[in-house]
Amino acid sequence: MKEYSVIGTRVPRIDAREKVMGEAKYAADYSLPGMLWCKVARSPYAHAKILNIDTSKAERLPGVKAVVTGKDFNGWTWGFMATTRDEPPLAVDKVRYMYEGVAGVAAIDEETAEEACSLIEVEYEELPGVFDPEEAMKEGAPIIHAYRPNNVSVEYHWNFGDVDKAFADSYIVREDRFETGRVVTGFLEPPASLAYYDPSGQITVWAAKQSPYFHYRHLAGCFGVPLSKVRVIQPYIGGGFGGTKNDSVAGDFCVVMLSKKTGKPVKYIYTMDEVLTTCRRRHNMTVYNKMGMTKDGILTAIETKVIGHGGAYTAIGPLTMFLTGYGTPAPYRLPNYKYDAWRVFTNNPVSAAMRGHGFTHTRFACDIQMAMIAEELGIDPVEIMMRNAIDNPKRGDVYRAVNGFKLKTCGIKEAIKAVAEDTLWADRKKMPTEDGPISYGVGISGTGYHGGARQLGHQACAAIIRVCEDGTVNLLTGATDCGQGSDTVLSMMAAEELGVRYEDISIKRVDTAYTPVDPGSYGSRVTLLAGQATQLAARDAKKQLLEAGAKAWGVKPDEIEITNGVVSLKGNPERRMSFEKLAKIACYEGAGAVILGRGHSDYGVEEHLDFNNGTGEGGINFSFTSQTVRLGVDMETGKLDVTDFTIAHDCGFPLHPVSVESQNEGGAVQGLGQTIYEGFIMENGRTYNSTMLDYKMPRSTDIPTIKLINIITDDPDGPFGAKEASEGSIVSTPPAVIDALHSATGIWFKELPVTPEKIVKGLKEKGKWMK
Amino acid sequence: MKEIRLNVNGTEYDIAVRPHATLLEVLREDLGLIGTKEGCGEGECGACTVIIEGKAANSCIVLALEADGKEVTTIEGLADGGKLHPIQEAFVEIGGLQCGFCTPGMILSTKVLLDANPNPTDEEIKKGLEGNFCRCTGYTKIIESVKVAARKVRG
Repeated sequence: MKEYSVIGTRVPRIDAREKVMGEAKYAADYSLPGMLWCKVARSPYAHAKILNIDTSKAERLPGVKAVVTGKDFNGWTWGFMATTRDEPPLAVDKVRYMYEGVAGVAAIDEETAEEACSLIEVEYEELPGVFDPEEAMKEGAPIIHAYRPNNVSVEYHWNFGDVDKAFADSYIVREDRFETGRVVTGFLEPPASLAYYDPSGQITVWAAKQSPYFHYRHLAGCFGVPLSKVRVIQPYIGGGFGGTKNDSVAGDFCVVMLSKKTGKPVKYIYTMDEVLTTCRRRHNMTVYNKMGMTKDGILTAIETKVIGHGGAYTAIGPLTMFLTGYGTPAPYRLPNYKYDAWRVFTNNPVSAAMRGHGFTHTRFACDIQMAMIAEELGIDPVEIMMRNAIDNPKRGDVYRAVNGFKLKTCGIKEAIKAVAEDTLWADRKKMPTEDGPISYGVGISGTGYHGGARQLGHQACAAIIRVCEDGTVNLLTGATDCGQGSDTVLSMMAAEELGVRYEDISIKRVDTAYTPVDPGSYGSRVTLLAGQATQLAARDAKKQLLEAGAKAWGVKPDEIEITNGVVSLKGNPERRMSFEKLAKIACYEGAGAVILGRGHSDYGVEEHLDFNNGTGEGGINFSFTSQTVRLGVDMETGKLDVTDFTIAHDCGFPLHPVSVESQNEGGAVQGLGQTIYEGFIMENGRTYNSTMLDYKMPRSTDIPTIKLINIITDDPDGPFGAKEASEGSIVSTPPAVIDALHSATGIWFKELPVTPEKIVKGLKEKGKWMK
Repeated sequence: MKEIRLNVNGTEYDIAVRPHATLLEVLREDLGLIGTKEGCGEGECGACTVIIEGKAANSCIVLALEADGKEVTTIEGLADGGKLHPIQEAFVEIGGLQCGFCTPGMILSTKVLLDANPNPTDEEIKKGLEGNFCRCTGYTKIIESVKVAARKVRG
């Protein structure tokens, strides 16, 4: 394994000090003199025509400075693809989900703005709503968008190999229906933005965005201003996890429009109730899965039909449905594969991306179904996984999946072996299987996730490195650290490449006026793609430094090396100077110079994604995860106590082990929440658990003991060999928990979340309920 | 408006507040102490945790009037100038934070826990932090940070 000076060390996070001191400023912490507060007025109906909006009473309320409605945005709409831009900043002619924004108010304080919202009179004509995707697909269902009269917002039909023949030739074929839950990302910091539309026509916002450059494009489009006049200044971000903070919300557009109208800065902060009733959530999906195997438990074919619950608008849905099908041919060899997917509009809030995007639904279904078949065939679960797992390609070789994606490294076998040898699995039969009403079980999963998401050219990214005259370094990228630790990792990469100390790197947060464009944090792309850009920028700057040093010493540039801030001659280590001295020589000798290095990520553009056929490269490499879980089930009450996780994760190479661990732990605990208790309780478009207490995400007292094992495959396409961390463990957790639950109860639970009520119902049906 | 006296981080403030203003609003809007965060605004997430007379409290559901005459510690009151409090040091060293939004509240709850129990077990740490929600870390590194902090505080 390669030796590094900075990469692989447990340095403190670059932002830790500000954060523990309470000095890190988030969007809500910014204020400007004369600032107004914005609140959004919302629809009490899930589906209704807007006949008229009367804002006059609200405008007359003392302290109210301006009111905007949907019409102020002149018909502008946005969405992921040019053909699916169906969402307006505020509803115009009709509302499509409950609490959709219909107007925005700017007032001297938050209370006045809120009161003004209640004075806005909207005349609605209620329309019949549809809340279940399969109902929405039926003939005669209420139509939500005129441009999609069948309510199908996205549809794919892919076919690789010959599934019909493969099923006919299979020894065993199973068909099952699985359901994943309607869950929220769960960031703690509610969306917020402070906006100022200045008299020169420039828009400046301090907004809580994990993809600030998406927001900058939205604002430029919405307000008809050039991109050079949109400045998004990125504060610290209080968690993202995809969806809402990749995107823009009603409040984001309202504050800019209200600032334009009033000439004052305007701020909004959403309440947690707005987050839990109106913000993006994970698609819940119904997965009809058909799997064939030989007598020896070798996979022959998978046919997957997926119905994704899209909610009221398309948002990033085309990508969701792509990813849901894309990853199925890994981590197990799959020769024949068919995928049919429908993303369906309903009158519910909008579904979008969330950590583990797409993959989590189908990997859950496939992993469980494989375990079910193993049980039927009487094959040990580890054995069946190992028989099907993709081998780690020899260096230089490439594994091609049936739908065309490439793997240059694959750590799944090593990961399965690692958890199978760990005591949690290896000694499971020595551990008690029951204690009074408690039945214990241990389960296992093996999954994959692809990182370095790079779909199209407009997702380009770059980095700029400026070596200051004293040898310290400014690093500029357009990438956003929303908590995952990427600012730390990118700084470590810059230090490693340049040969300086980690402490000498100063990374700047995104400011679209100065930093290079970048798509932000999603699809586990920052470390891999902004990382590659950073590496290349550092090499460019280093080249300039070495040329200056070579000139000063009368040697060739490649005869000089730089390590830990010391510059020396390779053949004669006695000949040395400090990095600071080299920087001074480079910057001040002769006519002087400014040392600017630039790098641009160029991964993954050889084979463009084809959404309609399911082919192409969606990212640069795959992580692989195998996980075991031990839990106890109360056979009377259905209460679950999940006590242990062992997670072996192929992270390529752990660049910052602290962040890799924390990301994997966080992803796994989030995955636990969505497996056993998280889920919106909804009826006719209304959310009945719109508080954190009622929605229920894991607390400190809910977590298992987590043991992590890093599988190192040193991927040739990841910078310093890296792959993603966290999306893998959120995908591996649900099937491992369900497998453990089966081991404890003998029952396969196929609908998430598996609440105590569902467990008791299952136990009763099987005559296993203990009274 | 009502006149109250708050002692925040050792400084006395005589201020007029609206009777229904929460302590969180007064800290953030009137005193500019933005280190205290608002997550849920309903006393469920712990992001707004401050210490009132030695006890951890969700400042979003405490009226400023209720804190009249009391000693309040916020995250800004923990470090000694540029020198971090041992609990803060432990969170930095171990990496007991990610996005940082829960961190001020998490650290103040840790202080209350360790003031009462300088050598807590894992279960006592989990119980002590039960009111502080974190979505990023899965809590494991936070619990480890608290253990290291306890050792540092005990000296």
